[in-house]
Amino acid sequence: MLRIECPCCGLRDHDEFRYGGDASVTRPAHDDPDPQAWYAYVYIRANPAGLHREFWQHVTGCRQWLVVERDTRNHAIASVELARKLAPRKSLARKSPA
Amino acid sequence: MNSNHKRLSIGGRIDREQPVEFTFDGRSLIGYRGDTLASALLANGVTLVGRSFKYHRPRGIFSAGPEEPNALVTLATAGRRQPNLPATTLELEDGLVAESQNRWPSLAFDVQSINGLLAPFLSAGFYYKTFMGPTRRAWMFYEHFIRKAAGLGRAGSGHDPDRYDISHAFADVAIWGGGPAGLSAACAAATAGARVALIEQDFLLGGQLLAEQSDSAAAAWLRQAEAELESSETVTLMKRTTAFGIYDGNVIGLVEQRDPSNPQLAGEARQTFTMLRARSIVLATGAIERPMVFSNNDRPGVMLASAARSYLNRFAVLPGKKIIVATSNDGAWRAAFDLADAGAEVIVADVRAAPSTALAAEAGRLGVVVRAATRIVDLNGGHAVRRATLNGPDGQPEAACDLVCVSGGWSPTVHLTSHLGVKPQYRDDIGGFVPGAFPADRFGAGSMMGTYSTAGAIEDGHRAGIAAAWFCGKSMPVPAPSKLDLGETATALLREAPSIGRGKAFVDFQMDVTTGDIELAHREGYESVEHLKRYTTLGMGTDQGKTSNFAALASMAALRNATIPETGATTFRPPYTPVAIGALAGCAIGHHFKPIRRTPMHDWHMANGAEMIEVGLWMRPFFYRQSGRDSNEAYIAEMRSVRQAAGLMDISTLGKIDVQGPDAAIFLDRIYANGFAKLPVGRARYGVMLRDDGIVFDDGTTTRLAENRFFMTTSTAKAADVLSRLEFLLDTAWPDLRVAVTSVSDEWAAMSVAGPKSRAILSAAFPVLDVSDAAFAHMGLLESEWQGRALRILRLSYSGERAYEIYVGATAGEQLWSRLLEAGRPFDLKPYGVEALGALRVEKGHVAGPEIDGRTTLDDLGLGRMAGKRTGFVGDVLRRRPAFQAPDRQRLVGLECIEEGKRLRGGAILFLPGEKPYGHGRGRVTSVTFSPERGHYVGLALLAGDVASEGSEVVAVYPMKAETVRARIASPVFLDPQGERLHG
Ligand SMILES: [Zn+2]
Repeated sequence: MLRIECPCCGLRDHDEFRYGGDASVTRPAHDDPDPQAWYAYVYIRANPAGLHREFWQHVTGCRQWLVVERDTRNHAIASVELARKLAPRKSLARKSPA
Repeated sequence: MNSNHKRLSIGGRIDREQPVEFTFDGRSLIGYRGDTLASALLANGVTLVGRSFKYHRPRGIFSAGPEEPNALVTLATAGRRQPNLPATTLELEDGLVAESQNRWPSLAFDVQSINGLLAPFLSAGFYYKTFMGPTRRAWMFYEHFIRKAAGLGRAGSGHDPDRYDISHAFADVAIWGGGPAGLSAACAAATAGARVALIEQDFLLGGQLLAEQSDSAAAAWLRQAEAELESSETVTLMKRTTAFGIYDGNVIGLVEQRDPSNPQLAGEARQTFTMLRARSIVLATGAIERPMVFSNNDRPGVMLASAARSYLNRFAVLPGKKIIVATSNDGAWRAAFDLADAGAEVIVADVRAAPSTALAAEAGRLGVVVRAATRIVDLNGGHAVRRATLNGPDGQPEAACDLVCVSGGWSPTVHLTSHLGVKPQYRDDIGGFVPGAFPADRFGAGSMMGTYSTAGAIEDGHRAGIAAAWFCGKSMPVPAPSKLDLGETATALLREAPSIGRGKAFVDFQMDVTTGDIELAHREGYESVEHLKRYTTLGMGTDQGKTSNFAALASMAALRNATIPETGATTFRPPYTPVAIGALAGCAIGHHFKPIRRTPMHDWHMANGAEMIEVGLWMRPFFYRQSGRDSNEAYIAEMRSVRQAAGLMDISTLGKIDVQGPDAAIFLDRIYANGFAKLPVGRARYGVMLRDDGIVFDDGTTTRLAENRFFMTTSTAKAADVLSRLEFLLDTAWPDLRVAVTSVSDEWAAMSVAGPKSRAILSAAFPVLDVSDAAFAHMGLLESEWQGRALRILRLSYSGERAYEIYVGATAGEQLWSRLLEAGRPFDLKPYGVEALGALRVEKGHVAGPEIDGRTTLDDLGLGRMAGKRTGFVGDVLRRRPAFQAPDRQRLVGLECIEEGKRLRGGAILFLPGEKPYGHGRGRVTSVTFSPERGHYVGLALLAGDVASEGSEVVAVYPMKAETVRARIASPVFLDPQGERLHG
């Protein structure tokens, strides 16, 4: 019963969106060789009762990925932003270990 | 007895000019427009309308609304069977056919009422103790008998002939309930400037006002309010509409019944499911009268006092001539007065010691006999009440009666407020639960808030309507509401432990829960309300215990010697009233259940004997009927034609993604496990993508069209997921990569020509193109135009044969398909379907969906070499975790059936020879085919690495068909391991 205010398209029913998981976890750099970092990113979740930052994609609209703050207790949405705006400006190119 | 002999000649809100014919249990009866099924039955003197759930006791009409626990019927007209409908909410319509429930062979003589004699056996916790404890296995034995004996109505098994619809509606203020509070709220909110939706489950507005006489001041007030709302352009009146649940975001689930009196609506949706979104909500849902608890209080002829008044004043039915009104409060006296005024002999038995003098005076004027400090302790009469035993200061006098009206006070209808987790709160002054704190956008009004007088409800509603409109920013001035005072006296409620006679005293009529059951639950320690509910099944009927909850709570509180708030309140969940599944499905049934995707060549397939199969949303040719008599014969023939000459396959369903930008090659290097940066322009490469957790995600081919431009294909099934994932990575993880991805799946028709003759066919179809091996090598690209459309040919093979994938602008797909078949005729080119395609790839050992099942890694699939020592791609780190390297990890193997005349089956479980075939085994068969090359069945399997040595034997067990077959482990590549045929 959610409606999400897409920054591009306006207020739309959640049928138009696809859920994309927890947006509060930090994705390691693509060449980060640390298994612990990837383990934490893939598996460790806070699962809060309250505000939750999460990804949604407006699949049948503008196809932008959004970061939505949603209250898990009542689905009230506190904010919606384009994921691109919030993403790190540069995906750090780390050297793989010798 | 003559028809409608209990109907009064004047009054009521029925139209005596419009008789309505209906049938109840095979009897043809007449009612009037404006009747419910219940009022029409009562008018015809039908008092016995059902049998109870557990004990099959005779039951009559108890209420006049959706709280009805007893009078549940099945509507059974041509092809329809809708069970468990309260007769009290069914608007009478011509041709209505209703059946009573739970009786066999007939309502009047029910064999199973003998269950009453087995009562101790069926006491609370019987099911629980018998079937959940150590004797659980007994369920297997008893289930059949219990299912037959117990239970409510039966649903039909035929196709539902009715249409349903789904709609979305929006309002500033949604008002739930069309009684005095709701009407007043609607007028106020609309005047303040809000768009209002007023929801009323009844076919008339008015709520309790409908129980007032039709020439009264109340009726005049109602007419005025109705006229005001009808003339307002911003008010939507939703009659015949049940709000069954309230959901997050102020979404209200509504089901609207078609108006049977409007012939223009015949053939329209029988019910419409509406999701109403409101900015604020006023709940004016009213209150439900409580029964009284005494022996045999479930006899037909026992009725809520307010219901009796409603039948009298609204439906002009006098349901009894000798009436006892048993009450604990002032409200029921009004029923007594109206019934006496209509000519009945009435006794009021009030449990209170000293009812007010004003009431006593009015009683005296109307000849109503008053017995103070008196209650009913027992009732006599089987199919209809005959005699009541009273208990009061005068001892235990008996009184003859044909109707007993009961009122144990009122319970505010708080169910809906608890749908979103607001716990009801107990108010001692009214002896009932009212809603807990509301959020800022919700308001309550009228008797659901404990305001029981009509004047108060109108005031309440007015205030709530203004506040709800204000919340939406609508604040135009609203004049005071027109007043209506019905002179109800504030009702002090007396509560004490009921004194009960020897017979069963029912608390929950629908679930047949008695005070004895509650005592038993208490003795056995099930004291919390939630435990009590589950142990006794209290409140678990289709009425959700609307009339029973409070009495049960009060009984338990008395047994525990606790207050009612200490004993607690149960949580109510949607739906408030049952909802037909058909309404929730709406028109999304049959072929409207989901969209269907057709390829550009669909019409050709249909016209040329293709047997189609659904693949996700797609329709694809399964096989072509001219290839063989059945699917087995056909796919093998189609395989042979590919291996020996050439076949043509529609592969338009593949996902197609255009990848462009200066960093496109870097991007592909990160998302594929194998490298793409060094792929030369004009070349294609097979690639595998992993998920972040190291499991294989999808595979496909990507071709470098230009330095910064690639053409990616994905599997049919994962097309949407892959695109979404690529967009995710670009938007959230690597926004610095200058890459754009675009789906071009629908822009291209795609077909594959495979087989040793494929090059010759290509050459014939496209005489201007140079398709020689020198010009067009394996994994090469040829871009051109055909008939003015873009043409893209890739030399790729899935089947293991020389093959070409041909992409052309979608609208030219069918034309090119036909052209290829024509050019291929001299070479025996035949179309083939997905069954043959799957078989060809199994023979060649290529993995597909059954192997890439979301659990397998590159190494599991024997594709570890593709990644080699590369790093920095998605899934790279976690794919190397130790658990994935375990020696017994299941890996891809080939299997050859070694038993003459037997077959392998997908899904079979693999065991070692001599092992007992129990449990999960050592692995499983994922894909199989008959191999014309080998002359027997071959298959792909995932088998524990520590037992997967080539040449040794396993046993494939298929319990679904009780089949066991021996197989030899082999290389998954059954055909042409050197890949020579690609160039043949
Ligand atoms: Zn959008």
